[in-house]
Amino acid sequence: MTSSATAPARRRRRLVARPAAWLIWGVVAFFFVNLAGVIGSVLVSSFGNRWYDSWLPQEFTTKWYGQSWQEFGLFQVLVVTLEVSLLVVGISVLVGVPAAYALARRSFPGRRLLYLLFLLPILMPPITYGIPLATVLYKYGFAGHLSGVVLANLVPSVPFVILTMTPFIEQIDPAVERAARMCGAGTRQIFVRILAPLLLPGILAASILVLVRTVGMFELTFLTAGPDSQTLVVALYYSMSAAGIRAQQSIDAMAVMYTTMMLVLLVIALRFVNPTQLVARVREDID
Amino acid sequence: MSATATPSRTGDPTGDDPPGGRAPVGVRVALRHRLAERGVDRQLLLLVPAALFVLVLFIYPFGYGVGLSFQPTEGGPFATYQEFFTDAYLRDTIWTTLSLSLPAALLNVAASVPIAYRMRGRFRGKRLLTTVLVVPITLGTVLTAQGLLNFLGPTGWFNRTLLAVGLTDDPIRLTNNYWGVFFSIVITGFPFAFLLVLSYLSGIDPTLERAAATLGANWWQRFRRITLPLLAPGLATTFCLTFVLAFSVFPSAVLVGDPAGTTRVISIAAYDAAYVQYDYPMAATIAVLMGLVELLVIAAVLGWRALLYTGSTAGGKG
Repeated sequence: MTSSATAPARRRRRLVARPAAWLIWGVVAFFFVNLAGVIGSVLVSSFGNRWYDSWLPQEFTTKWYGQSWQEFGLFQVLVVTLEVSLLVVGISVLVGVPAAYALARRSFPGRRLLYLLFLLPILMPPITYGIPLATVLYKYGFAGHLSGVVLANLVPSVPFVILTMTPFIEQIDPAVERAARMCGAGTRQIFVRILAPLLLPGILAASILVLVRTVGMFELTFLTAGPDSQTLVVALYYSMSAAGIRAQQSIDAMAVMYTTMMLVLLVIALRFVNPTQLVARVREDID
Repeated sequence: MSATATPSRTGDPTGDDPPGGRAPVGVRVALRHRLAERGVDRQLLLLVPAALFVLVLFIYPFGYGVGLSFQPTEGGPFATYQEFFTDAYLRDTIWTTLSLSLPAALLNVAASVPIAYRMRGRFRGKRLLTTVLVVPITLGTVLTAQGLLNFLGPTGWFNRTLLAVGLTDDPIRLTNNYWGVFFSIVITGFPFAFLLVLSYLSGIDPTLERAAATLGANWWQRFRRITLPLLAPGLATTFCLTFVLAFSVFPSAVLVGDPAGTTRVISIAAYDAAYVQYDYPMAATIAVLMGLVELLVIAAVLGWRALLYTGSTAGGKG
């Protein structure tokens, strides 16, 4: 009786699903075509010379890359970007992982309040707290330097590390730590010799994600950076909003360099993190 | 079992002190025991650096900003708030921001559901698809803006295609107005929403739906009565996160939008007040109001989410 009930249901489903499936794949394809257009037009423009009213530029050249490298002082900008990102990653991991451990393992009064406190900087738009934060940082003389940029970027990064690390810590069996304690290890030894090796994949994932976020973080860096502490994305914004002074193509070349950097980071990140498993463990093996 | 972060010479409560030394610290030890029973001991010190960071760099500046907003350069404590709500150029930024971010966030979530529903199983190239979808998230708004200016501009490929196909006679104006910003939000926000929805959907046990199918439910009934209720809390979370992304739109509103007119969003007003007019109390006021409006929307969505079923999405065995 069940088979006779499901058979028409399945047939009906197929009738309805066919056009729907086409529609859905069509929407996805349309999205990707436009996405490719958006990225492709920047890419083609960065290699093109004299592109006015045609499908493709009249000739191709690589001179814009050299020009934008010199004009915008990109070496300095890249060094600053690297310094800021590595400092932010290092500090946020050092501060965030122990906190994530305590939050994941312990229950204590005020735990939910603390959790909310860590959630807030991620939930609020950066501009909202960025402007008061920049005011405070200017007051104490941090803003305008590398230290101010790093401090501002730590605000969302530390909670981000805590949130990404919590599931990784929950996966580790507490019995392992208890056994280590029985053998006489202190908290510090447990961290260095038991947890750190087991958590290494999680720490790598969290640091790569923080790295991607920091390189791409515009608002906070923009609000706190001085002339010699701009990261790549802020330099890109300044050169774009001052359009007309510089050749459009050298801005495009800079944008391509930024994208390439992000893509390399992304490919590395995806080796460690599966984006669909960030929220829940996927049960693919059932179907 | 006490977790000692420091060597035990500071007085170990577990009791290897000599009995004579006990009496003077007896009260302290008892208090520490009582605290330990409630889960408070020295291991919680691990939380201190992170909590300090958030307190010093987030809560304190925010409180400072709120304080600043009540100390305008002239007028009473509420002068800047009054000015914000009487000046239409400032007041309308709230409406402009909401009319951009709410439809964009809704579209991102609504479009993700059917696509993720179709793709939740295993199929060839899924890993590739998710990889490609992560690309726009990392592009960031600045690059997306540059690309949109090139692609959707009057001589860009998009308008060229429309002209070549014959859908339109004149290039459509899609940049430097509302639509440019809208597309920029969708391009960065949709993949993010999709990946989140997909991961929520993948967490729902497919056996639940198969059980419904054996009871004769068709695909729409299965979706409406089984999948959607289990997915709804996840959708609310996704909406909130996408909304936050869209609400704080700043670079693209300046670059592909019309920053003085139709896309003068609230973050532009805040930036102008702080860095163009150097009116810090006004900037703090706008930032506070911006946070308030955003938290109101999120609270409304999460309040609605609290009414829904939130529990295990796994089947009977799990």
